[in-house]
Amino acid sequence: MKAEDRFEERNPIEDLLRMDRIPHIWCPGCGIGTVVTSFAEALKKSELDLDKVAVVSGIGCTGRVAGYIKLDSFHTTHGRPVAFATGLKLANPELKVVVFSGDGDLAGIGGNHLIHAARRNMDLVVICVNNFNYAMTGGQVAATTPLEANASTAPYGNFEFPFSLPFLMEAAGATYVARWTALHLRRVTMSIMEALQRKGFSFIEVITPCVTLYARRNRLGDGLNLLRYYYDNSEIHHGADTRLLDISFQGKIVVGKFVEKDKPTFLDAMNQHFTRVLGDDYQLYGRINNDRD
Amino acid sequence: MKKVKADPKGVLTGVHYLDGDYAIAEGALAAGCRFFAGYPITPSTETAERFAARIPKVGGVFIQMEDELGSIAALIGAVWGGKKAMTVTSGPGFSLMQENIGLACMMETPLVIANVQRGGPSTGLPTLTGQQDIMQARWGSHGDYEIIALSPDSPQECFDLTIEAFNLAEIYRVPTFIMTDECVGHMHEKVVIPPAEEIELVERKWYTGPKEEYFPYKLDKDGIPFMVKAGDGYRFHTTGLTHDERGYPVINAECQDWCVRHLCDKIRKNADKIIKLEEDEIDTAEVIVISYGITSRVATRAVQKARQQGIKVGTIRLITVWPFAEKKIRELASKVGAFVVPEINYGQIVYEVERCAGGQAKVIHVPHCGGWVHNPEDIYNAIKEAVK
Repeated sequence: MKAEDRFEERNPIEDLLRMDRIPHIWCPGCGIGTVVTSFAEALKKSELDLDKVAVVSGIGCTGRVAGYIKLDSFHTTHGRPVAFATGLKLANPELKVVVFSGDGDLAGIGGNHLIHAARRNMDLVVICVNNFNYAMTGGQVAATTPLEANASTAPYGNFEFPFSLPFLMEAAGATYVARWTALHLRRVTMSIMEALQRKGFSFIEVITPCVTLYARRNRLGDGLNLLRYYYDNSEIHHGADTRLLDISFQGKIVVGKFVEKDKPTFLDAMNQHFTRVLGDDYQLYGRINNDRD
Repeated sequence: MKKVKADPKGVLTGVHYLDGDYAIAEGALAAGCRFFAGYPITPSTETAERFAARIPKVGGVFIQMEDELGSIAALIGAVWGGKKAMTVTSGPGFSLMQENIGLACMMETPLVIANVQRGGPSTGLPTLTGQQDIMQARWGSHGDYEIIALSPDSPQECFDLTIEAFNLAEIYRVPTFIMTDECVGHMHEKVVIPPAEEIELVERKWYTGPKEEYFPYKLDKDGIPFMVKAGDGYRFHTTGLTHDERGYPVINAECQDWCVRHLCDKIRKNADKIIKLEEDEIDTAEVIVISYGITSRVATRAVQKARQQGIKVGTIRLITVWPFAEKKIRELASKVGAFVVPEINYGQIVYEVERCAGGQAKVIHVPHCGGWVHNPEDIYNAIKEAVK
């Protein structure tokens, strides 16, 4: 056997990537690619019919994920991927719809859609890459920037209280909430797998390094330094009280699976409710989309 | 273009006494719309209420979203999920929707938005009429694009034009607007809903070729790309970024030129096929009244009076407001002395008429800032001035 036959240079998740769009735009040391790898592995392990999985992204660095994933994928507008995904899922309930976007997109400009989708227990998997700043536009302060951290629009440090996303999501009604860092690759994969295999609104926050902007501006070193910070300061605490998950500047990061509970999804609740109140008059809204048949 | 008969499940065949808002909901159901995402806003809410009451018994989804930004985003998602989808709103909500109207244009997503106009700007006159969003319908989202907008003047036409709007949206893969107003929206009249087999619908332009040869924005012979829906195994990509025929972002001037020209030209080059006008006595006219929506009904009174006085008045009712009937007005400009343009705003469509008249014919605007319809006397006076 010749050497070149034995060692084929092939990315193990190549079949899930649009290789004709690689190289991607992310910076060296960025954590988004790591989360994409976890997502791809979770998809493979989940044994879902990948023709029935759709990815919806918004705008920003993480917003570019939809453009690289080789599934039905939608790169939408800033803040609206959750609302877009809501329509997509409701129109075609046999789809597994994954929203893959950043903290600014989901919790900043898109915060209203995020909380309402959680409230409705819309059957969506939301993967939120949190890099603590608006990176695509040059490192501006975000709704997730820790107090005192420096950002290009908070040049003297941030004085606005940030969101704790797991707390927000549990309060809004999410039925699955987890947080990891880009260091916890296998845990991220596992959480995404769990989310893919359940019904209801699942929210997974992944804290990731933004080397070019957040780290540089705050003199935190490179990607490896940030992973070291995650290693030294993250504490796995499954089922932790989500009121206690604030992240301070370079402080402790509590990670784990915080919420997992059963509740009817929007569609299940709709079908149950109308069947009860309308009886035979109700046209059960099913899993199969007949429009094209 | 594949035509099919309406699904009888959504068609409430019979003679009804409905307001315009309800008629829009019935038109949508007859057209096969099975997804509605909306947010309450006066004076359009009745359409959402009617749809919410009817859809569980027809089969489909109504969802009241958290705002209009979300409503239109959900519509686009639903269309890519395979449904026909619509929403209804009024001025302030229409403003919020402008963001993703741009996305719908860019992704070439067929959908229908009804705007039951009220007086503006801002919160303006929530319960009183206006025709002040006509330019916004054309230009409201940023960048260059084209849309189709229809303007019904009665509840019956609200029903008919909603079906027409769905058909046009599917043919050209473009957001299509029903630009009605509070008067027509809240006016009760006889609405005849025909049997399902008499309602002709345009089916989505589904792609049926080999999967590996599918490109979301590869133009077909008629200039319109084929469509697929999520879940059919095409693993396609679409984006709000400037894109090539694969749907992949390409950030340069060449691709922008291809992309934008296509988005505009698919409507501009088909304008003759799209535009519907109601014309009356224009061949002999010395003055032509150009109006749309409720204002054309008010103008009728003024035109009758002027004709009784021996003035040769023709009328054009813009059933299709956008694309604008440019060719027609240019032709007529050299034949008539003047155009009279009443509209319930402080000057919108009149600018189009002036542009097309090109100085060849006088253009007299009859503005009304909203809150009520014109006094026919004002339009009559303008006609008299026109022939002076």
